[in-house]
Amino acid sequence: MTGNPPFAVCPADDLASAVAGRVEKGARFCGLFARPDGSGLRLMAVVSCHGTLAAEEAILPPGQRRYRSLTPEIPAAGWYERELHDLFGIEPEGHPRLDPLVLPRGPGTEAPCPGSGRTVAPIEPDLRPLPAHVRGEGVFTIPYGPVRSGVFESVEYLVETTGEDIPHLRTRVFYKHRGLQARAVGLDTGDGALLAERMEGVASVAHAIAYATAVERVAGVAVPEAAQLVRVVHAELERIANHLDTMVRHTEGAGQAVAYACLSHHKERVQRLRAQLCGSRFGRGVVVPGGVAGPLRLDADRFRESLRTLAQAIDKDTRRLMGTPSFVDRLRGTGVLSHDDARRFAVVGPVGRASGLDEDVRLSRPYSAYGHLGHRPTAPVEGGDALARQTVRLAEIGGSFHLVRQAVDLLDGRSGPEVWRAPVEGASGPGLGWAETPQGETLVLVELVEGRLVRWHDRSAGFQNLAAFAAAFPKDILTDFAFIEASFGISVAGVAS
Amino acid sequence: MPWVPRGLAEGIVTTRYPRRPDGYGDGFHGTIVASPAQPVDAAGSLPAEVGEAARACPTGAITLEPGRPRLDRGRCILCGRCTQLAPATFRFDPSFETATVLRRGLVVPPLDEDDAVLDAARAELRHRVRALRRSVHVRHVDAGSDGSEEWEVAALTNPVYDVHRLGVFFTASPKHADLLLVTGAGSAAMLPSLRHTYDVMPHPKAVIAAGVDAVSGGLVGSTYATRGGVGEVVPVDVVVPGSPPSPFGLLYAILLGIGLLGAPTKRREEGGAAHRPASAEDPPPEAGR
Ligand code: SF4
Repeated sequence: MTGNPPFAVCPADDLASAVAGRVEKGARFCGLFARPDGSGLRLMAVVSCHGTLAAEEAILPPGQRRYRSLTPEIPAAGWYERELHDLFGIEPEGHPRLDPLVLPRGPGTEAPCPGSGRTVAPIEPDLRPLPAHVRGEGVFTIPYGPVRSGVFESVEYLVETTGEDIPHLRTRVFYKHRGLQARAVGLDTGDGALLAERMEGVASVAHAIAYATAVERVAGVAVPEAAQLVRVVHAELERIANHLDTMVRHTEGAGQAVAYACLSHHKERVQRLRAQLCGSRFGRGVVVPGGVAGPLRLDADRFRESLRTLAQAIDKDTRRLMGTPSFVDRLRGTGVLSHDDARRFAVVGPVGRASGLDEDVRLSRPYSAYGHLGHRPTAPVEGGDALARQTVRLAEIGGSFHLVRQAVDLLDGRSGPEVWRAPVEGASGPGLGWAETPQGETLVLVELVEGRLVRWHDRSAGFQNLAAFAAAFPKDILTDFAFIEASFGISVAGVAS
Repeated sequence: MPWVPRGLAEGIVTTRYPRRPDGYGDGFHGTIVASPAQPVDAAGSLPAEVGEAARACPTGAITLEPGRPRLDRGRCILCGRCTQLAPATFRFDPSFETATVLRRGLVVPPLDEDDAVLDAARAELRHRVRALRRSVHVRHVDAGSDGSEEWEVAALTNPVYDVHRLGVFFTASPKHADLLLVTGAGSAAMLPSLRHTYDVMPHPKAVIAAGVDAVSGGLVGSTYATRGGVGEVVPVDVVVPGSPPSPFGLLYAILLGIGLLGAPTKRREEGGAAHRPASAEDPPPEAGR
């Protein structure tokens, strides 16, 4: 298991204290995964500390379903334990509230247990309403969704309020659950990449990279240099498109019609440029386990020229936008996520960086070519409001252009025939992979047996961040809702998967 | 520069499609075209590489028939494997006018008997929606997409596609909607809401299944949580291939859905590019930039 973190195994009831001990010493909680092992289940908690990952594993023997919950000590584990409860039927004792998250199974319906080898019949979700969190006289619930009022992904927000106290927000993502972890079982590594691209379609490239690096670790192969550079080019253009998208949504919400037109036009130009490089507006088919499908399809000089005009145009219009008081005022002070809350929920990506957390796995755990490209970290921003998140994303757009230019120059300077992929076929074993998607760190667990997936679990940045979403709603829940939602930049597909 | 002069400074970026063909498509993977393959024997057996391509297809979109393969665009996720394994038979084509009126219409080349059925379905749809042709309100519902479909649907309101110029508007209210545009593989928990949206829409109405996920489940297919597309829950009038479908592909589908297109077509030779624009005629100012 080349490059995998050391797996320390402990009794299931000690997992909580083992992980809490590491978090107390400054580690960041990155996820809780499960993989069936015989008829038992292995729980794996992953933490990140000073640029390395470490994992604590616990074994639930066959028949044992209960273990001591991590959530009372580590709030960031709350959603993971709900997901594991839905998918594997295990019971974290002491979990503050074990509402269904991705799959409301209803009484008597068995958990699908992806990776256990069991075939699962279609499950009819139990859509009856749950009791409200807020108790007391005159509690009422305002639902938003799951069908949204614009062209958005389906999700339901329940605002529970007594009309006086701070309202409570519940986010229900299960409407979009597709059972992807079960779908992945039995796929070969190539098909697995296609599924990874569709896990969170707006970040296809980054998810494919995270998945591919996990497979490459299992196979113990190194990705050819040129392929690593091609990966960076596509991943950074994807980041630019995503960051523009959040801005487009903000301008739409603020009724800035001209700014909306300009920025959505720039986003379209980025998508077209991506299609020129590979045929797909979402970079699909580029990343394959072991490398990439082939070279960039655009001549370096034309590509550089397109980058130059695009970067200039985006820079001009975003500057103008950030100098428009009526726009900036809508973002300032809106949806504040405090540094403490961000830390408590181990928030990742631009949302975390806007609340003073500085981790960016392109820098802290470099993959692809990031380790040897000049890459300045975005200066940490304080404030934690929608404006801070916007400021971080704007700085990142500049950084992404810089990275793409470097990668193009390096590719252009190479000569001779290139190898685009290393063979990964037939590998066996578990492995972890990661990438900094536009939304933040994604972490992927794969387990292969002779080149086929027996386990695949891709934890998106949105999954990690959406748990903190409710913490950004101190008051003004109704007026600023659209802004706060857009500023989190979460794709529900990846959360519910 | 304040915003108003900035808006004027841009000039015209909007496509003239469908009034004029659009040249966008340089190297763009719009669809797969399957040519007849030279049989290797008298029984019409296909070359081994075509069989290999069919087996390698991740969604089982390719079936082999004597003398030629048939390709189901309602399943094809445009991964390109068949084009690598059997380049003489399968190739990418920039055409985006691939939506059609019946699920079986996405299987190319069409069978002779399909043409009459497709023409009848088109005529029925045109007749049903004939009152809609002035201004059309579209309700979008996501039934388990991967998220990219929403980007492409939303792109229709950017200045390049600008569907408002065609009298097409997105609406939040199903009660004012004429077209239901559905994305996603049919996640079980969304299906009641999807059906409800359809039920409260007034007549006449039409349904577009946008993207292979909505059409067939795509790569996700049928899991314990998805139902292999949305066709079992709402009556689909227009099916749009693509993973995801492109904005032009969606625009074409909307025009088909409101009966602006769809006069009986000529028999298609290579299965698909019947409306393929003569691309050099009127390139938009920003084509491919
Ligand atoms: S491009 Fe389409 S038909 Fe060809 S292998 Fe991929 S999914 Fe199958």
